[in-house]
Amino acid sequence: MKRIKSIFLLLFAAIIAMPIFAQEAPAVAEAEQKEEAAINIPEIVLEHLADSYEWHICGEGEHAVSIPLPIIIRSSETGQWHFCTEETLPEGFFFNEEAHGKIYEKHADGTSERALDLSLTKSAVQIWIVVFVMLAVFLSCSRWYKKRDEKSEAPRGFVGMMEMLTMAIHDGVIRACVGEKHYKKFAPYLLTVFFFILTTNILGLLPIFPGGANVTGNINITFFLAVCTMLLVNIFGNKEYWKEIFWPEVPLFLKAYPAPLIPVIEVVGIFTKPFALMVRLFANMMAGHAIILSFTCVIFLGWTMGTGMGIGLNAFSALMLLFMNLVEVLVAFVQAYVFTLLSAVFIGLAHPEHHAE
Amino acid sequence: MESLNLPAVLTPDLGLLFWMLLAFLVVFFVLAKFGFPAIVGMVEERKQYIDESLQKAHEANEKLASITTQSEQMLTEARERSAQIVKEAAATRDNIVATAQDKAREEGARIIAEAKQQIEAEKQAALQEIRGEVAQLSISVAEKILRKQLSDDAAQMQYVNQLLDEVSVGK
Repeated sequence: MKRIKSIFLLLFAAIIAMPIFAQEAPAVAEAEQKEEAAINIPEIVLEHLADSYEWHICGEGEHAVSIPLPIIIRSSETGQWHFCTEETLPEGFFFNEEAHGKIYEKHADGTSERALDLSLTKSAVQIWIVVFVMLAVFLSCSRWYKKRDEKSEAPRGFVGMMEMLTMAIHDGVIRACVGEKHYKKFAPYLLTVFFFILTTNILGLLPIFPGGANVTGNINITFFLAVCTMLLVNIFGNKEYWKEIFWPEVPLFLKAYPAPLIPVIEVVGIFTKPFALMVRLFANMMAGHAIILSFTCVIFLGWTMGTGMGIGLNAFSALMLLFMNLVEVLVAFVQAYVFTLLSAVFIGLAHPEHHAE
Repeated sequence: MESLNLPAVLTPDLGLLFWMLLAFLVVFFVLAKFGFPAIVGMVEERKQYIDESLQKAHEANEKLASITTQSEQMLTEARERSAQIVKEAAATRDNIVATAQDKAREEGARIIAEAKQQIEAEKQAALQEIRGEVAQLSISVAEKILRKQLSDDAAQMQYVNQLLDEVSVGK
């Protein structure tokens, strides 16, 4: 308590001091601002959020330290596959700066086109790291179980934690939302989704190498997951489900003449439900990353405004960064939970036992 | 690309989708086969085992309770039975003692009676003997007296007459 108070006091003092120092050193600040290009926060944030062909670790420009990642592209002209890195991009291809630095192919007629690009980008590598982590975790857990039977002790430590987490999702979410009758069929998918999103989110919060890529904050990933859920819902939906969409128990004028209003709404609903899933996860994770990156940028921005501003803003951003990172740990879990919960609910809704009166 | 003005994270990317599909399928199939069923199955088995164990413990408890009451009942019964046996033994003992006493008394009485009888018989026999002896003696005395008195015929005659008188008077 005392420590928190003193931190607040320090922060308060810094904020008070800010304008004073700022007034004292406007000339210096101006000079510095002219010297260095102004920090463009949106650009930096978006660049860090985006996928890339290398895993940037530290440094900038000439001194950047990064892990080159394999680029796999296919030329549409020759039909040839190319394996290379950023450094050794073959002739005819270029990084299109106008299209987020993606690889484009130059055609003979001067036009350029997005090449067929199966590169192991930063996000793709992050996904494989997540897969590796999940396999290592769960296979080591299942190996623990293989050596024992139900009559020996219950797991402790890490295996116990994983068991607790798995069973909490399995019993509390999947079984409860999908329904006692059908939940077994969907449990592996929903558990995989939950742990995939959770692992990705948490690894995404690490600032350096084995994590840090913004994967669940990329629309492609959430799109894929949402499509999986949509397919499961609609492929395994039973007769009752389809009947409720196309011939629900509503007055005739609402479902047939003059316009099949409710069926249209329901059909749209088939797509809006996974769309909401996709956007919710994407927006939450992207926003979290963006806020953390912005506060990080504020540190650098502060120093360009003078020492007082620097100290004040630094203290402020450090506190906010700590706070946001803790919030993001919570969000990492909550978003994984919500995605799994809603997927389970949608799957459960596609298996109505009898029409609820 | 038409979506050039979209932020990078909103741009569709076929390569990323491809890797996502591949990675997700791999992790899904491996975990669906080897990962989750092991954990879930074990937890369910353990749950069943615990339920069974509880059931068994419950039954054992009940059995124990019934055994306790049973043993108590048996103990009471045994106690009762031993008391009864002791009582019976006492009764038998008393009975035996009484019988023995009776028998002894009877025997004693019989022995006494026999002894009395014998004494009586012996007394009678002695009396008889004495009587015989006395008779013999008296006969022999009488003979000797008679012999001396009836040494002559007159005296004999007188005596016969006297006897005849006595008989006839007696009639």
